[in-house]
Amino acid sequence: MLYREAGQFKTSYAADQAMLPILQDRIGILVILLVAFVGIPVFATDFFMGSIMIPFLVFALAAVGLNILTGYAGQLSLGTGAFMGVGAYSCYKITTLFPDTNIIIAILLSGVFSAIIGVIFGLPSLRIKGLYLAITTLAAQFFLEWCFIRIGWLYNYNDSGAIEVPQRKIFDIAVTGASATPMVRYLVIVSIVAVLSLVAANVLRGRIGRSWMMIRDMDIAAELMGIRPLYAKLSAFAFSSYYCGVAGALMVFMWLGSAEVEAFDINHSFLVLFMVIIGGMGSILGCFLGAAFIWVLPIVMRGLPSLMGLDILAATTEHITNIVIGVLIIFFLIVEPHGLARLWQIGKEKLRSWPFPYASS
Amino acid sequence: MTDISQTADAVESLDTQSDVDAPETLRYTEELLRVDNVSLSFGGVNAITDISFNIMKGEVRAIIGPNGAGKTSMLNVINGFYHPQKGVISFRGKPRRRMKPYKAAASGIARTFQNVALFKGMSTLDNIMSGRSLKMHRGFLWQVINIGPARNEEIEHRKRVEEIIDFLEIAHIRKQPVGKLPYGLQKRVELGRAMAMEPELLLLDEPMAGMNLEEKEDMSRFIIDLNTEFGTTIALIEHDMGVVMDLADRVVVLDYGKKIADGTPKAVQSSQEVIDAYLGVAR
Repeated sequence: MLYREAGQFKTSYAADQAMLPILQDRIGILVILLVAFVGIPVFATDFFMGSIMIPFLVFALAAVGLNILTGYAGQLSLGTGAFMGVGAYSCYKITTLFPDTNIIIAILLSGVFSAIIGVIFGLPSLRIKGLYLAITTLAAQFFLEWCFIRIGWLYNYNDSGAIEVPQRKIFDIAVTGASATPMVRYLVIVSIVAVLSLVAANVLRGRIGRSWMMIRDMDIAAELMGIRPLYAKLSAFAFSSYYCGVAGALMVFMWLGSAEVEAFDINHSFLVLFMVIIGGMGSILGCFLGAAFIWVLPIVMRGLPSLMGLDILAATTEHITNIVIGVLIIFFLIVEPHGLARLWQIGKEKLRSWPFPYASS
Repeated sequence: MTDISQTADAVESLDTQSDVDAPETLRYTEELLRVDNVSLSFGGVNAITDISFNIMKGEVRAIIGPNGAGKTSMLNVINGFYHPQKGVISFRGKPRRRMKPYKAAASGIARTFQNVALFKGMSTLDNIMSGRSLKMHRGFLWQVINIGPARNEEIEHRKRVEEIIDFLEIAHIRKQPVGKLPYGLQKRVELGRAMAMEPELLLLDEPMAGMNLEEKEDMSRFIIDLNTEFGTTIALIEHDMGVVMDLADRVVVLDYGKKIADGTPKAVQSSQEVIDAYLGVAR
């Protein structure tokens, strides 16, 4: 069929180790990037960009962060929401304390604070594993939520207790605040997500990513290969929390506009965890698929009845959506417990050998 | 470089408790690892009691004994998993008391496991590449960009890994996830992973357990080649006596955590204590 690597011979290790060794994949990524950077800004409505694409990208980035920790380094975490919160509150503090800071830099910097907090709450991982570690990250979730409420300094002692995103401009174009158009916000966020995804893919393919996977698959053997568990686990926590922090800052500054502590509660931690599980542990692509499945699909389904001209109550649509999404989650986990990314991979394998499936190796 | 008197000294000092002919094949003079009066116990259970032996540079040293004799515990002590309560271990002449496994790895000790301990989610290639971890140094920022130094380093090590893949004849499974490979191949990949560390001392914990005759012959050939071509010193635990007698230069025999014999395969084989330990004896 179309997807076949026949005739694409690799003559160097550099070519064989390329991120996308198959030509069709490279074309595919190019098309996706074109659609994301040109197609959507030109053709899509403000609603599509502001309410579907921006949250989708925020959650995809948070899922990348959690996937690095859980899918690649094997450390289960339920503190994603709180780490996103740390990013959001730090970004708020940076922009209010130093109003002249470029907003992009402030957002990227806020992840650093989240990384530091992540390392602190990652310390128990040196002693405990699996579900027990998940419980200690749960402690991070509740403790940080408490901080967001009790430490007034974090929200500049607002009466509302919420953080309000100030207006910030780059080259006289409003990027944050009420007057920023969805298109500008979308372009900023899609650029950040694209660059950070590339960075994650690079790191995961190299020495550091391998050391995380070694710890995940067999920590005893990893230690005997010279990996220090302390460095490997804490660097995974730092790297992962950085992504979650940036996602949190983007969530408030590019999407919500203002946020209270509820935006970073345990439900969001679970939401991101579900995205990772359904999208596929240990796959960057899976993060995007998972975020699309959990975030975009319900929105599409809610709009479907009215699109088809059916007259159904909004509440009924909501119920039906919940039922269908729930059934789909169960269905996909039965069909492929390793998530949508694996499903996609199997599909590609099948395409490669089509129409002679017995010829595949 | 071996002069005769030196060899004779080495032979003299050999701690053979069985009275047999002096080992005539001992041609190694430099001591790589020395275990002195090591004892290890877990609570009241003595896993290892007062064991001393040495491993010469370049030899194949077998550690044998009935089940539960303390062989694997001995390896765990050597590469730093367990810390012995008593005794000293010197590697390359330097004594060490407490050592973390990753430091043992850095000092040049690699190991395979009795029950395969591969990184199951990774491909054969990645598994063997992981053995190069200690030899790769490019920092985080280069990894982020992944062009230039970090990528060149990766390619350089890939070349070395491909040599190992050729050596072990596993080129056809290079990109396959190791979890799905048959057992014999998994053992081979594990050997490759340890080889990638370019260790000075390679500890093999039952490399041929559960293999059929052909696989055993293959594995034996790899071990011999590894020893002669790459000059790797090998310490080997194995239950197949035929393999041990053919491969090993010297054999240590353990029973109930105590050393009962030490010497050439021939000497050990004819030792009454060893025969008693294996066959049992009426007391």
